[in-house]
Amino acid sequence: MTKQHANWSPYDNNGGSCVAIAGADYCVIAADTRMSTGYNILTRDYSKISQLAEKCVMASSGFQADVKALQKVLSAKHLTYQHQHNKEMSCPAMAQLLSNTLYYKRFFPYYAFNVLGGLDSEGKGCVFTYDAVGSYERVGYSSQGSGSTLIMPFLDNQLKSPSPLLLPAKDAVTPLSETEAVDLVKTVFASATERDIYTGDNLEIVILNASGIRREYMDLRKD
Amino acid sequence: MKLDTSGLESFPSLISHGNDVVGEFEAPPSFELPNSNDFDGFLKEAIQMVKPAKGTTTLAFIFKEGVMVAADSRASMGGYISSQSVKKIIEINPYMLGTMAGGAADCQFWHRNLGIKCRLHELANKRRISVTGASKLLANILYSYRGMGLSVGTMIAGWDETGPGLYYVDSEGGRLKGTRFSVGSGSPYAYGVLDSGYKYDMSIEEASELARRAIYHATFRDGASGGVASVYYVGPTGWKKLSGDDVGELHYHYNPVTPSTVEQEMVEATGP
Repeated sequence: MTKQHANWSPYDNNGGSCVAIAGADYCVIAADTRMSTGYNILTRDYSKISQLAEKCVMASSGFQADVKALQKVLSAKHLTYQHQHNKEMSCPAMAQLLSNTLYYKRFFPYYAFNVLGGLDSEGKGCVFTYDAVGSYERVGYSSQGSGSTLIMPFLDNQLKSPSPLLLPAKDAVTPLSETEAVDLVKTVFASATERDIYTGDNLEIVILNASGIRREYMDLRKD
Repeated sequence: MKLDTSGLESFPSLISHGNDVVGEFEAPPSFELPNSNDFDGFLKEAIQMVKPAKGTTTLAFIFKEGVMVAADSRASMGGYISSQSVKKIIEINPYMLGTMAGGAADCQFWHRNLGIKCRLHELANKRRISVTGASKLLANILYSYRGMGLSVGTMIAGWDETGPGLYYVDSEGGRLKGTRFSVGSGSPYAYGVLDSGYKYDMSIEEASELARRAIYHATFRDGASGGVASVYYVGPTGWKKLSGDDVGELHYHYNPVTPSTVEQEMVEATGP
């Protein structure tokens, strides 16, 4: 008796790519705004980025219904934390919370590929990259989503930072300035849009630094 | 279903097969086959069961001065390298380390959980937990999730009142006490180097060099291992990270490049 396979899957992949780059005193998080299913575009105008705390922003690609649910769960947990501790969560604390939230659904995962970006308690940029079940690490830059295999090698080439595992330790943040990092992100998405069908339409960029949060938008190819 | 294997016999058998003892050895070779309608599907599922270990090389061994723990830092998703800087040696508490092989999230989560349980044990009992106890806590948790798809192949290394301790614990529920272990797809290569160079009476420098070499050789031959080779030492005062070296650089450290005389001549000829 051959194994029966399900005719319906609870998951769908809405495509898209996200990128985050950590700087000495800033963090850039960007994602395209195309939401697709199969070969169809559902909308050209969907934000994959959500601000979890004052200095903490998350970008997620994958199944947007799971992403929306995850964002809501994290906001609720953050609110509870604020009531209990009388302060906002720091970015590394939020990173651990996201990891645990993802792992608690280990046997029915959130189909979400996340990058978390923000400023740590010293004001330095930090980026955390995740897999779908919650394994995470702090890195200098990362990309996730359908275009990540195209984007990552390019970021490695431009930004390759020394591994945090090296001893004697070397700093992991990029030497680029804020404007250079934003330009790099724009270049990266323009290239990914050329070769990935699920990436395009518009680019949303969020820049976090000591003076607060700033948003920029850029047009991408709509084909 | 039985295959016709008469073509595999090299010569017709002249001796009668009356004797029970030698009967099995002299019988014509044949393949045992499963009783299944979908032979192809069965094979596919069987291969899934014995799928090769996750891309990693980790190792740990006990020697005279304590425990040496080493690992690479590559994470792969199929053929794509998702990270070259994964921390595979997890600091459970200041005197105990765990290694990561298998599912990254499973290892990270359950090691952190183990650290919490160890701390609670300290608070409840006013003494540190032993390595035996800690590994048993983890093994019991993993056993309870047996068959649910967790993938964990870890070594718990530490120093407690009885001295150095090393246990191998996996998601099948296995727990083994031992003095030398290597886990992961690169482990055969690491074992080769580790076993041939191991002596109980090594100094800390010799042991860390052996561990580093073993990881380097595994990353050289195993595509799923690479990145940075980290080496930790666990002694009576706790663990200490001894080194973290990029394996690409280690390659040229162990195999220095000396330009040959022919190359040098050609460089001179094309000079200004």
